Amino acid sequence: MAAQVLSLDAMLAERRLWRGQPVARPRNANPTGHAALDALLPEGGWPEAALTELLCAADGLGELRLVLPTLARLTQAAQPVALVAPPYLPFPDGWRQAGVDLAHLHVVEAAPRDALWAAEQCLRAGCLGAVLAWPRAADDRALRRLQVAADGGRTPGFVFRALREAANPSPAALRIAVEGGTPPRLRVLKCRGGNPPARALPVPALAPAAG
Amino acid sequence: MLWACLCRSAGPCPADAAGESRPWVGSAARELLAAWAYRYSSQVGIGYDDAVVLEIEASLRLFGPWPAFERRLRADLEALGIACRIAVAPNPRAAWVLAGVHDGLAIVHEARLETALSRIPVAHARLEPKQAQALQAMGLRRLGQLFAAPRDALGKRFGPALLQHLDRLRGAPEALQAYAPPDRFDLRFELEWDVDGTQPLLFPLRRLVNALAAFLAGRDGGVQRFVLRLEHDGHPDTEVVVGMLAAERDPALLFELARSRLERLGDGARRAVPAPVRGLRLVADELPPFVPAAPALFEARPAQSLPWPALRERLRARLGGEAVYRLAAHDDHRPERAWRRVDAAAAPTRRAPPATPAAPRPAWLLHQPVPLRSRGFATLAGPERIESGWWDGGDLRRDYYLVETGEGQRAWVFRPTGDADAPPMLHGWFA
Repeated sequence: MAAQVLSLDAMLAERRLWRGQPVARPRNANPTGHAALDALLPEGGWPEAALTELLCAADGLGELRLVLPTLARLTQAAQPVALVAPPYLPFPDGWRQAGVDLAHLHVVEAAPRDALWAAEQCLRAGCLGAVLAWPRAADDRALRRLQVAADGGRTPGFVFRALREAANPSPAALRIAVEGGTPPRLRVLKCRGGNPPARALPVPALAPAAG
Repeated sequence: MLWACLCRSAGPCPADAAGESRPWVGSAARELLAAWAYRYSSQVGIGYDDAVVLEIEASLRLFGPWPAFERRLRADLEALGIACRIAVAPNPRAAWVLAGVHDGLAIVHEARLETALSRIPVAHARLEPKQAQALQAMGLRRLGQLFAAPRDALGKRFGPALLQHLDRLRGAPEALQAYAPPDRFDLRFELEWDVDGTQPLLFPLRRLVNALAAFLAGRDGGVQRFVLRLEHDGHPDTEVVVGMLAAERDPALLFELARSRLERLGDGARRAVPAPVRGLRLVADELPPFVPAAPALFEARPAQSLPWPALRERLRARLGGEAVYRLAAHDDHRPERAWRRVDAAAAPTRRAPPATPAAPRPAWLLHQPVPLRSRGFATLAGPERIESGWWDGGDLRRDYYLVETGEGQRAWVFRPTGDADAPPMLHGWFA
């Protein structure tokens, strides 16, 4: 067999070889509002019509800061957002400083046994821009129901749970752990559409307006 | 003018022969029929004791042509659970007589009316039974023979009422008792046997709610609050109140709300239904005008999506009326009073919200401040002095700090002013 050595450049110049262009990623319609986090996620933002799990080591580590830009964007576009069984009172001044329009922020108080039901109803209804839920006790099956409801209602859902749940399997499309420390760090444990990145990211600092 | 008659008489009705269930009997059925028919025509006559007539010529433009309109009427009647015969004629009395014998007969032209009427047996011509018998004994078996008989002689023998009836059949003017929709809805469902528990009540409940929805659609209104009365034998009635924040009239929504209230009654307190249920009654007094929500023309949401007001009602029905609300900032420096609950259905206020404080505020506020438990913390900002309320008894003087705990949490803590050694109290999280 006569092997013929061809120059790659020559072939390219003769248009006999076609170079695949790097495909521009489709712009995600639901960016997180944090450029560093968007770059880390395979979809370039929150998964649409799916569940995102935020596993927090403690309160006040910046877990809400991850979603507040998204909520601000949604509520300013007059899309309602529901908080199902929040652990504390959402303090209006704090949320307004983050840019959230309170007219479209709805609080749904629910006893622990009703919280999952309420979250599922909100996700399934399909009329909300996003649903945030704090279920006290949620197992794999309950989360699967939420995931199916989010898919059926085409609504992004955010479930906040304790970090110790990271060991348990979950059907959520995206799992992010928020670990304590100075500064707190976040780690993507699972993400649909790609391998979870190995490196951790510092939790975004408080918004400039807030300090 | 063209009139349609919906008739559920004791005459030869095929549905009755088949033993079909007839949930509504007597005048309740006629009221319901009239209320429902009112949505298709502005002239609904209820003068005939077992039938409802409605003027349809004007309605045909919107709902017509007649075969399509008829299909629509029949589909509605089936949903309501009422078996009816339908006939159309140029005058209401002729429609009534035809509906007594035929089902689905439509006569539009006056010329054909006389022929069709001529064939009607005297026994079914809506005459007084005695007169009908006498006429038959005389050998007059069909209306046509009556039309042909000498008028003076008939008048002498049977009185002017018979002549009037015959004249009106052929188009003489007639004053009909017109239906006017009442301002309250009250319908009762008699159960055939005593019922224990809420599950078997769902079927009659659906019937009642469908009837209510038909009534509401007829008067172009909604319902904001209605009462379900469970009637017991030898026990006072159990009342189940179903309230909504806004007027609604969608049967599926109303049924679901009533159902969840009813089911809550069943399992909430043990034996909340004290005795077997004999009858079910639905009473609605508050019937405000219904303003349908106008959805955006190009809705990006999936077709089966449930609008937020409906979802809100569903949540409130199960979680309680106070469970769904919004928050608003209130113009007060004290964190405990810097917010207000806003009723879920309240219209957005035009008033500009108070300015946000310059200093950072946390996203979470603890309902009750607790001592901060942490291994050491660093102060990031503060103190910010909040001193207010000496005039209304809610006096407080505090220095607020933004601190970072050893675990990396951002907390909003305060100390009483002037007491630098006091343990810091945790009041919020910068989550």
